[in-house]
Amino acid sequence: MGLQGYLVVSAILFGIGMFGFLARRNAILMLISIELMLNAVNLSLVAFNAYDYYSPNDSGAIFALLVMAVAAAEATVGLALVIAIIRTRQTPEVDEYSDLKE
Amino acid sequence: MTVETLIALIPALPLAGFLFAVLLGPRFDRMPAHGHDSHGKGHDGSHDAHADVDDSSFKPIPSEEEQRATSPHAGHADDLANSNGADGVIPADMNDGIGQVGHVVEGGERPVYRSWWIPTALVAVAWVFSMVVFANVIFGGNTYHVSLYEWIGSGTFHVQIAFLVDGLTAMLLLVVSTVGLLVHVYSIGYMDGDRGLWRFFAYLNLFMFSMLLLILGDNFLMLYVGWEAVGLCSYALIGFWYKKPSAAGAAKKAFIVNRVGDFGFGLGIMMIWTLLGTLDFEQVFATIHTLDPTAITVIALLLFAGAVGKSAQFPLHVWLPDAMEGPTPVSALIHAATMVNAGVYMVARSNPIFAESPTAMWVVASIGVFTAIFAAAIALTQNDIKKVLAYSTVSQLAYMFFALGIGAWVAAIFHLVSHGFFKGLLFMGSGSVIHGAAGEQDMRFLGGLRDRMKWTYRTMVVGSLALAGIPIFAGFFSKDEILGEAFGRGYYLFWAVGLLVAFMTAFYTFRMVYMTFWGTWRGPRDAWQHVHESAPTIVAPLIILAIPTILVGLFLGLPPEGGLIHGWLEEVFHHAEELGAGILPGSILAEGHHGFSLWPGGALLLLGASVGAAGIWLAYRWYVLDPEAPARFVARIPLGLGPGMYAASLNKYYVDDFYGLVWARGGVLVGNALWWFDAKVIDGAVNGAGWVAQRWGATLRRTQTGHVQNYALGMAAGLVVVLVAFLVFRA
Repeated sequence: MGLQGYLVVSAILFGIGMFGFLARRNAILMLISIELMLNAVNLSLVAFNAYDYYSPNDSGAIFALLVMAVAAAEATVGLALVIAIIRTRQTPEVDEYSDLKE
Repeated sequence: MTVETLIALIPALPLAGFLFAVLLGPRFDRMPAHGHDSHGKGHDGSHDAHADVDDSSFKPIPSEEEQRATSPHAGHADDLANSNGADGVIPADMNDGIGQVGHVVEGGERPVYRSWWIPTALVAVAWVFSMVVFANVIFGGNTYHVSLYEWIGSGTFHVQIAFLVDGLTAMLLLVVSTVGLLVHVYSIGYMDGDRGLWRFFAYLNLFMFSMLLLILGDNFLMLYVGWEAVGLCSYALIGFWYKKPSAAGAAKKAFIVNRVGDFGFGLGIMMIWTLLGTLDFEQVFATIHTLDPTAITVIALLLFAGAVGKSAQFPLHVWLPDAMEGPTPVSALIHAATMVNAGVYMVARSNPIFAESPTAMWVVASIGVFTAIFAAAIALTQNDIKKVLAYSTVSQLAYMFFALGIGAWVAAIFHLVSHGFFKGLLFMGSGSVIHGAAGEQDMRFLGGLRDRMKWTYRTMVVGSLALAGIPIFAGFFSKDEILGEAFGRGYYLFWAVGLLVAFMTAFYTFRMVYMTFWGTWRGPRDAWQHVHESAPTIVAPLIILAIPTILVGLFLGLPPEGGLIHGWLEEVFHHAEELGAGILPGSILAEGHHGFSLWPGGALLLLGASVGAAGIWLAYRWYVLDPEAPARFVARIPLGLGPGMYAASLNKYYVDDFYGLVWARGGVLVGNALWWFDAKVIDGAVNGAGWVAQRWGATLRRTQTGHVQNYALGMAAGLVVVLVAFLVFRA
């Protein structure tokens, strides 16, 4: 197993997150998919750190912490926006939010 | 004051006069206004914008009656603010430090014109200075160099503001300042009643300044500056009555035609600087012989192109006759006595350049001879009194170029001086005729004026005798000196043509005299009532000019081909004379015979005089004794060519029509072609670029769906592409 195993899991998680972001029409589910992708990245970062791969001084782990903080902020702001837009548009479906077309 | 100071002051005085007339002139002309229309915001708004030439000044000379009739209503000048109405109040600003204190403006209705006062006085002072300088140069035998300051100093390019006065400049100074002063005096009477009077005197003074700069300048650039400035003044004065379309058009024509020649002149000056590195006359003339003969010829011909334009030689002669649209004092000063001589002066001044190039000399002489007979043949049939004189001027200037081209430098300048006096006299006389005959210029409707205009008639006859080349008058000596030189230098064909031109000159001159002054009045009968001798300020300059017209030849020209003027100008033309430029092999001069001799010299003089007399006699027979004779003569020309020849001469040999066709119509055609190219090709390219962008935009806009997920898909696809590329190219 070793590093490859973690990376494979990370890649699968990222793929699921990306698929969810692209395929889902519900804004909240799209946010969740984003979180999934961020966590996939975090997993690969800590894995690289653990195997000391290009990552001296635990910088991979520290970077993962940073990503979590950003993800938390992003999730807060993103959810607030999504709830605001759901309230005005009365729908979570992103297909309806196409005012910027052309 | 030293002579050097006087020389510097000579051009400065008219410049001061110009500034005065421009800045303060309008305050000196007082136009009566309606009632209490005091502050320029009056009720007559229609006159406001450009009211300094009102309709009454379309006609050169409003008659006394007309003037009285129109003047009370002709108010509303640009200076309404000055005229506090016609109620006798002295406008507060009339006496403001102008130095004309004491001119209490009465409440009269007549306009008051005083703006001529200071410009004329300054020109008079400049004339006195000129005469002092003239005497110092001619009789004292001095040559003056006055260097004021360095005008341009840029790298190796140095030009001084400097004056050079030698014999040649002194002769020009004599003509320019004398005729200039007399024309100023003449204009006081002639232009009286024209609301643009201050503008007229401003231009006249600016012209005097430019012309004096032209002849006094010590280098080619100053000559060029004066040259362009006199052209500008000529433009402004031809178009003085600018509301008259023909005058405005003639002004533009003069300016544009001159531009053609000036372009060549400018190129010539640039070439001199490029090859010699200096524009100073003395340095240029001292080093010109070191150049390649071809380069000298090119320089000389380029300079001559400028002279052809300024002195109205074929093929650029077309502007001068049209320039007669200007007021007659302008015709006398600029287009007869001074500015048109600038070309002759320039070629004479550049004699060391021309003397080095036989080709250029040959071109100058050929253009001169051709233009002389060409213009004389047009003058034969013209009916406008000023047009006759205009073509005569072209013809006489051509005589001077003919003389320059054969190396008879002194004879050319001699003719320039005498022509300046007598042609100035003739033009002013024609102006007096026009003035006295209520604006009639067409000789077919004049006649019999000698009883009513005694002094004008007498002085005109003096001028005409000089132009016709009758002994003791100025033109006889100078013209016969040119012909004698042509004979002596071996130009027998040119000499014969010159003799023919002399005959034609005498004929058309006296045709003019007889048609204007003899016979009976042919104009409208009621107009005859108003025919009168002109005012003293008009007649006095005529009488004064008649004196040099009689005396200049006797004083300067005796003995023939060795008179005083030869001594005065010897130094200027010394080098060219020494080279023997223009003397054909086998001629009398080439054989070493110098000076006047009874044979052939005396015989030539006799021939010249009799040719002139024959011309006068023919004019007398045709236009006094037997008015039907010209028509019979035209009918008798073989092959039925007579009427065609007459029409060709009357229509100026269709040169104007040809230019109209080639340059004006041709210009329109070229313009149309360029317009097509612009509309189709240039605009097509621009529109095409826009069209391409639009099509691309229309295609790509479909990708903007507004669905965030579509954009994200694009980003993901891009990520995959980058990843794959990375993996592939890393391997």
